[in-house]
Amino acid sequence: MNRINKLFETKKQNILSVYFTAGFPNLNDTVEIIQELEKNGVDLIEIGIPFSDPTADGPTIQKSSETALKNGMNLNLLFEQLKDIRKSVNIPLILMGYINPVYQYGIDRFCEKCAEIGIDGTILPDLPLDEFESHYKAFYDKNNLHNILLITPQTSEARIRQIDEISGGFIYMVSSASTTGAGKKVEDFHQDYFERIQNMQLKNPRLIGFGISDRATFGNACKYANGAIIGSAFVNAVSSSTDLKTGIKVFVENIIQPD
Amino acid sequence: MKYQVDEKGYYGEFGGAWIPEMMYTNIEELKNRYLEIIGSEEFKSEFDQLLKDYVGRPSPLYFAGRLSEHYGTKIYLKREDLNHTGSHKLNNTIGQILLAEKLGKKRIIAETGAGQHGVATATVCALKGLQCVVYMGALDVSRQAPNVKKMKMLGAEVVPVHSGNKTLKDATNEAMRDWINNPEDTHYIIGSVVGPHPYPDMVARFQSVISKEMKSQLLEQTGSELPTRVLACVGGGSNAAGAFYHFLDDEQVELIGVEAAGKGVDTEETAATLTVGSPGVLHAAKTMLMQNADGQITEPYSISAGLDYPGIGPLHAHLHKTGRAKFLAATDEEVLQSVLLLTQKEGIIPALESAHALAALDKIKMKPDDVNVINLSGSGNKDMETYLNYFGY
Ligand SMILES: Cc1ncc(COP(=O)(O)O)c(C=O)c1O
Repeated sequence: MNRINKLFETKKQNILSVYFTAGFPNLNDTVEIIQELEKNGVDLIEIGIPFSDPTADGPTIQKSSETALKNGMNLNLLFEQLKDIRKSVNIPLILMGYINPVYQYGIDRFCEKCAEIGIDGTILPDLPLDEFESHYKAFYDKNNLHNILLITPQTSEARIRQIDEISGGFIYMVSSASTTGAGKKVEDFHQDYFERIQNMQLKNPRLIGFGISDRATFGNACKYANGAIIGSAFVNAVSSSTDLKTGIKVFVENIIQPD
Repeated sequence: MKYQVDEKGYYGEFGGAWIPEMMYTNIEELKNRYLEIIGSEEFKSEFDQLLKDYVGRPSPLYFAGRLSEHYGTKIYLKREDLNHTGSHKLNNTIGQILLAEKLGKKRIIAETGAGQHGVATATVCALKGLQCVVYMGALDVSRQAPNVKKMKMLGAEVVPVHSGNKTLKDATNEAMRDWINNPEDTHYIIGSVVGPHPYPDMVARFQSVISKEMKSQLLEQTGSELPTRVLACVGGGSNAAGAFYHFLDDEQVELIGVEAAGKGVDTEETAATLTVGSPGVLHAAKTMLMQNADGQITEPYSISAGLDYPGIGPLHAHLHKTGRAKFLAATDEEVLQSVLLLTQKEGIIPALESAHALAALDKIKMKPDDVNVINLSGSGNKDMETYLNYFGY
């Protein structure tokens, strides 16, 4: 069974997913960041494949991607870094990025490589639903991979139903109409949108992401979904901490430790 | 119909709408409504009226006698440089501002490289009293100061973009991010035949007035509406798309697009996408791109800021692939010589971009009776500083 499904079967609430950009702050931090996140209680990890033109991302992930590329990160190297990751890490791992690097790698090779390493899914925001369905899904299915699809406050009910139908792991609920970025407050989120989706009784679990940055926004999101995703705030944290291990520990504790 | 977009937004294998879900609602609205809106009698009459009274169309088709003599053939110039604001860009922004009005949008965003599309967008926003935000790479802001001032005087906000190489590609990224953050009241006026479906088709339709006029002007001046060949410069490809549009199915008409070779197609400093590029996805379209083996987009270079783009419209990628159009590349050096030649033979100072099409005249075989039409996409006013520095007047 795919590790994403296993996770949602055993844990229904307060799931914490963390995104980081591979190759940032340093080229070879990838494995350590993953291990430390798991050790500190994170449930799911999104490993960012840096891209030169991240149009769905705000300044933080733009900068981390730029640095990662300058450091020499690319998909081949990332796969090389991850080749033994399943010897030490058990939680689900997702690759997140843009379609062009994956397209150049070749979608069949990419999916096979993911399966070989033990990657459980992808999030590729600029791979739209219809392209995925007609040209990509077969490769995903063959390799037991999930492609996680997004919904936003503007997504129509009919389209949400369609996305729910084709999704296998979970649905990524974009918190508000925006690019990625930290710094939002609970008041900035549309609780009515969160409630509307909650009341739709979708078959897939949901995680809320974009703008979730601290204990308050995480806690609020968890009231309306199975959990939430933190990206930019974590990238900021690792970029400013002098010691990666301590930085990660403090960051995760601040989000999930009981009061 | 062979070269038209299909219902999924593809020209052969190129095109589509590779958009993040955050843009879906806006793109879907455009896709579902653009044909009905621009096909309506009301739209057509407003559009035609503005093209005539505001842009100054039809633009002349001018027989360039001394240039023809120089090359031993017949050369006609389609004078898009005489349009209001000095280029073909206004044809598209007029069309899109009318469309935005019909969609009830209150705020307009745009990207710009040389500033010509930014000025054309700021102009129509002033005309219609709509809020206007133009994204421009920080490097281009400093390279194209007069156009920045013009946009501001027209009431637009110009936002310098500091990411990436600080040029057109980065400005386009930032405009897309703005649209993601403002999904309700904003229309994005893309300046070329690039981006997700339906933009390439929509912009080509608005620019197609160029070849429509060429046909009737050629009939009047030469007795046939079909020339031997049409030449146009290609950045994203909007002026070329407009110049080719009504000739696409007239297969006997040779179509030639000219890209910016920069310092040479065998150097790193080039913008000749079709020569050095490969298929990929950028700015929500599958098309030919300049990229490295890992799928990271590489930085283009051209002396002309308007051609300094690492992609090309999917229509042109398709015309290239099928061989319907031929694509050449001209270096900075060749282009500057062509600028001087046209200036001193005809008394017309062309834009750097447009001069790429002129430079192709040295690269092709022409017979004395051939009818060559060059789309002179813009005026050289914006490039005077470059010219004065280079030629030393
Ligand atoms: C005069 C002129 N011609 C051509 C171009 C290139 O655009 P396109 O290839 O879309 O015609 C520009 C862009 O700024 C321009 O200003």
